[in-house]
Amino acid sequence: MSTITATGAPAAPPEEKNYLNVSTTFKSWIFTHDHKRIGVMYLVAIAIFFAVGSVMAGLIRAELTSPTGNFLESETYNKVFTAHGIIMIFFVLLAAVPGILGNFVLPLMIGARDVAFPRLNLLSFYFFIGGGTMAIIAVLAGGVDTGWTFYVPYASLYSNSQVGLAVTGAFLAGFSSIFTAVNFIVTVHKMRAPGMTWFRLPLFVWAAYATSLIVVLGTPVVAITLLMMLAERTLHIGFFSPELGGDPVLFQHLFWFYSHPAVYIMILPSFGVQSELLAAFSRKRIFGYHFVAFSSLAIAVLGFLVWGHHMFVSSQSMYQGVVFSLITFLIAVPTAVKIFNWTATIYKGTVRLQAPMIYAISFMGLFIIGGLTGLYLSTMSTDIHLTNTYFVVAHFHYVMVGGALTGVLGGLHYWWPKMFGRMYPDRLAQITAIIIFLGFNVTFFPQFIVGWLGMPRRYHYYYLEPEFQAYNIMSTMGASILGIGLLITIGYLIWSLKWGLKATANPWGAHGLEWTIPSPPGPHNFPTTPIVTDDVYDYEALDAAGLSGGVVTAAQGVH
Amino acid sequence: MGNFPLAPPQASEFAHQLDPLIYALTAVCVFFGGLTFLLVVYFALRFKRGTKANRANPHNEHLPLEISWSIFPLILALIFFWFGAKQFIYAKTPPKDAMEIYVVGKQWMWHIQHAESGVRENNALHVPLGRPVKLTMISQDVLHAFYIPEFRLQYHVVPGRYTQAWFTATKTGTFHLFCAMYCGTQHSEMGGYVYVMKPEDYAQWIKNGGQDPQPQTLVERGGSMYTKLVCDNCHTDKDTMRAPSLYSLYGKTRRFTDGGTAVADDSYVRESIIDPYKHIVAGYENTMPIYESGTKPGQISEEDILALVAYIKTLGTTGTPAGIAAGAPQRGVAPNSKVPGSRIVTAVGALGYEKDNPEANRLRNGRPAVGALGSGN
Repeated sequence: MSTITATGAPAAPPEEKNYLNVSTTFKSWIFTHDHKRIGVMYLVAIAIFFAVGSVMAGLIRAELTSPTGNFLESETYNKVFTAHGIIMIFFVLLAAVPGILGNFVLPLMIGARDVAFPRLNLLSFYFFIGGGTMAIIAVLAGGVDTGWTFYVPYASLYSNSQVGLAVTGAFLAGFSSIFTAVNFIVTVHKMRAPGMTWFRLPLFVWAAYATSLIVVLGTPVVAITLLMMLAERTLHIGFFSPELGGDPVLFQHLFWFYSHPAVYIMILPSFGVQSELLAAFSRKRIFGYHFVAFSSLAIAVLGFLVWGHHMFVSSQSMYQGVVFSLITFLIAVPTAVKIFNWTATIYKGTVRLQAPMIYAISFMGLFIIGGLTGLYLSTMSTDIHLTNTYFVVAHFHYVMVGGALTGVLGGLHYWWPKMFGRMYPDRLAQITAIIIFLGFNVTFFPQFIVGWLGMPRRYHYYYLEPEFQAYNIMSTMGASILGIGLLITIGYLIWSLKWGLKATANPWGAHGLEWTIPSPPGPHNFPTTPIVTDDVYDYEALDAAGLSGGVVTAAQGVH
Repeated sequence: MGNFPLAPPQASEFAHQLDPLIYALTAVCVFFGGLTFLLVVYFALRFKRGTKANRANPHNEHLPLEISWSIFPLILALIFFWFGAKQFIYAKTPPKDAMEIYVVGKQWMWHIQHAESGVRENNALHVPLGRPVKLTMISQDVLHAFYIPEFRLQYHVVPGRYTQAWFTATKTGTFHLFCAMYCGTQHSEMGGYVYVMKPEDYAQWIKNGGQDPQPQTLVERGGSMYTKLVCDNCHTDKDTMRAPSLYSLYGKTRRFTDGGTAVADDSYVRESIIDPYKHIVAGYENTMPIYESGTKPGQISEEDILALVAYIKTLGTTGTPAGIAAGAPQRGVAPNSKVPGSRIVTAVGALGYEKDNPEANRLRNGRPAVGALGSGN
């Protein structure tokens, strides 16, 4: 079903103009329907949210170097970690890969001129901006102190903070991701170029597709749940608070029904990036393509059946917990399968240790730790001791930052030349990737230990347990290293926009339709609708045709 | 390694059951995780472009391999699932003969009531060694979680429904009691200590009505205060470098550094406690801490000052320091000695007193205990 008709518009006459300079007015950006420009706008917006969230993280780490705090009141501290969580989850992680990379490269990868619904795509961006703005306003108007989980009855009846604004912001962000997901699903179904069969799809597209399914099925549930919570807060309609006849544990069920799959919304796209990077920089087909592709779908399906593992000690039925624990262990299998297939992909490859590959290797290290520590939390008895402690904080940062965010950084470094037509200094980027890897580990590994020792999360003071201090200081030192690494990255990426070497169409010698068009691409992507004749990741054919070798040499001057 | 403890103490039966599982899981994770990552790095370097490596016949698919690396983790996963679920069910099934204690969580305090005796306590839990204890818990407002890391015990405390947890303590000593579920502004201060006592000490403690000491005379109570506030650290039976002895003080005339004198009567003793620098005894310096009169933490109530005065009156005549009620826990001492030196919280002055006041955290309004950390100097 890969025939397309009208969408592959007749070739635009060859021209020098690309999507960036085709028109440069402000209006041409904010009303653009071009998926590439929308991707770039997401990049700018998410970078700003990420900066705000990182400042919050820095405040938290600075505060925790002393058991009695340094400069914040407890109330302010609680608002800071809540802002960190809300901004990083709803306005960075959930949107980063689909919004930036998905928007930019997904249509290019399948040979489409744009996404299926370009206007909806723009609307999605403005919902995202609207939601993010509301969240920022909530912070400026006094802040929110509920934690990003909005647990009731605290969030509904007890908190005297800007819960309404923040929840509305998250609600809008949810709609934004639903719009994008619908767009991706339809685009993948209907807009693949001739010859781009399902099993010729790059794994990034598979991952984005699986993610979109989760978003469409899960997000409405959390949207409704948050509205119910707001109704309880503002109209005193008792859904969750026992004082009004409700059930607080019901909220947790509804919340995690979405929010556990949301973890996969954040990590699956990065899995997709990971597959692209390993294939391109090992110059080899992905080992076990079908297994990797279907493991994404398996994770998407099973991901909906494990939410109760957040609630082993929440007073849900013990037997319910047993079932959730079992399914959680099952989901470990497709995840392990991915890791093993990636490892096998490198075997007998021709590895180029350029910056994106360093990120891919870093991803493997961090995600292995993040994934395996999940086993401690899915084992019911060990979860009793570790849940609600810094062990959980460390675990999900290894998955969300070590996994998802490293994937974003790797993907950004991989497609940066395509997006902006410029090369960043690769050697510096390699070193920075290693700095980030080390800084991350120094930040978060001590938190596993301090959590195992029993330090609860979301603690401002720990003067009753000052023995936790040494690990906290270590963690803060790591965060400084991590922060420096990220600043260098932002620095050289911005630098490259003006002073970086001009990128060729295919600077990495990579396989895939996006590398067959100029960097940056023209406004209409492909001059003529491409016809796909070779298999995905067919590097043997690429090398045999001599297509990659020459291009790679051209990129070597960049080092 | 004093600053970097590697494991929490084990103080309950369940802790002894659970920890082997955690260590086994850690061994498996370190082995397979480490192996996989090392392979990634090894392959990346071994097959780096330009190295001479055998790249012939690369595989892109290998069904037996896929099946084996699916089945093997599955089996391992199921083993851990099994033991985890079994232990969890054990931890959720209290024995029939368990002693009952009721817990009410509220922002930001734990109220605890011992069912058999009716003794109550706040932000502290006294339990006997070796006897199963069943906790029945409910919250008065928002979600909380009752967490004793040394027992590996945690369960949510939910408004509108009872939840249960149980443990058998296996080690005497002082352990942490935390609220682990975020519950608002002073979440991190909603906690205290768990005191595991020998059964006979616990029985005595219950007999004393928990926190309240046995009925005591004013002089006995003053004696306890004198020890608790560690007045006896400096004011011993003889004059020392730091402070004059208070023995046989009452009724004598005191000479001061400013040349004045006064007869040591009740008012003088009281004034010397709450305003020691007003008159400094000749030959000494103003080294004594000021003890404010009041009911806030760090202050001494007028009742207690009366008791102290009564006790000091008897010193050198009938008075020998009265012992603290038998079995009373040592308060204000950090639960283990592994804490960094400068942060050790010693039972000195304000803090020793504060530990008796369950309202202390709230009254302190989130600020660190005055003198608590200062006392480490």
